Amino acid sequence: MAEELILLDFWPSMFGIRVRIALAEKGLKYEYRDEDLSNKSPLLLQMNPVHKKIPVLVHNGKPVCESAIIVEYIDEVWHDKSPLLPSDPYQRSQARFWVDFIDKKLYDTGRRTWSTTGEEQEAAKKEFIEILKVLEEQLGDKPFFGGESLGIVDVSLIGYYCWFYSYETLGNFSIGAECPKIIGWVERCSNKESVSKSLPDSKKVFGFVQELRKKYGLV
Amino acid sequence: MAKSSEAVKVVGAWSSPFAMRPLIALKIKSVEYECLEEEIGCKSEFLLKSNPVHKKIPVLIHGDKLVCESLIIVEYIDEVWSSAPSILPSDPYDRAIAKFWAAFVDDKFFPSMKESYIGVGEAKKAGLKQMVDGLALLEDAYVKCSKGKPFFGGNQIGYLDIALGCFLGWLRVIEKSFQMKLLDEAKTPGLLNWAETFCAHPAVKDVMPQTDQLIEVSKLISRLRAASASSPPK
Repeated sequence: MAEELILLDFWPSMFGIRVRIALAEKGLKYEYRDEDLSNKSPLLLQMNPVHKKIPVLVHNGKPVCESAIIVEYIDEVWHDKSPLLPSDPYQRSQARFWVDFIDKKLYDTGRRTWSTTGEEQEAAKKEFIEILKVLEEQLGDKPFFGGESLGIVDVSLIGYYCWFYSYETLGNFSIGAECPKIIGWVERCSNKESVSKSLPDSKKVFGFVQELRKKYGLV
Repeated sequence: MAKSSEAVKVVGAWSSPFAMRPLIALKIKSVEYECLEEEIGCKSEFLLKSNPVHKKIPVLIHGDKLVCESLIIVEYIDEVWSSAPSILPSDPYDRAIAKFWAAFVDDKFFPSMKESYIGVGEAKKAGLKQMVDGLALLEDAYVKCSKGKPFFGGNQIGYLDIALGCFLGWLRVIEKSFQMKLLDEAKTPGLLNWAETFCAHPAVKDVMPQTDQLIEVSKLISRLRAASASSPPK
């Protein structure tokens, strides 16, 4: 039976990017649908009635929601190509821990670097760098968090790269100056077709962030 | 196999629903473990060293390996002791559904429980409503996942049973404190039966605290919270 894959997504979403990369790593063909989040499609509301959020992967008519869960689902179903998780249970637990860490810490802190001002913004910038430094320590001397190839931690983190330009410009700080290892890792990831195909242009994301800031009365 | 025979310890607390999760999983797998009990309101040096990132319980210590985050620990236990009854479903789609609802429990349901119990005014009301709405969704999920069998996981306790079931003690505290029924015949008949079956299960009954014990603990926690609010940490 031919596999039918539809990805309900929103182009600048670092969560949607995870799923795009995982699908590309597995060499899968799918239909990409960009949602207008101010006017969500009936399909999105039907496929994710609980959260009404993207990304949603619809596989042969059945929805899978929550980006980290979707990535593991893709890895399990198409397990014979480009594994994103190691086979050892302890290493799997560590990879899952760091994906969970990224999910708990990075999004809110990153958002505060462009949506706040003054002391709050300074605190957000400091926290953001601290989080990246913790991740740098985990990376160590490996080319990727997954070792020699991309793993779930790489896939979960790299989507933030296209937002770095916005964080740096609006927060007036340099991520590269503080976290050179992360930038090295970004370059290695960007050499992979699955990543370069999946990340939107950073300047385009910046334009989107400026629109958001106008909407929130921050500009 | 050397891995399975290494010593297992769990850094936890008897009153913590999150710390209960690994214990249930270990009991399902008939794995012997030692409990390292943390005192309420006071994090030991050992805990801070074992979980430097989040400084929270539970922490699983397996030989020289440390695993943090309760649901990640449950999955680790299922993968290491893979021959005993399975905790995660075997089908990838069923696994994704179980994980979706477990994430819902942690990200939405538990915070609404907390707000209901310790929140005030409008926040408390909103928490109560969110909790009741959450139970309606979970009732629906139970019917779909259990397919007529006793547990979310089917005939055996599974990942989602553990993820939600660990909160039953505190749910009963809320019911008793507010003189209300959160699980009832009319609105959540499936969950009502499931709760009883779950709490009576051999892997659960020795680690599920009594409602009155939890009410005492909640008084202690409020006193500690009030004390730290009036004298903020230096």
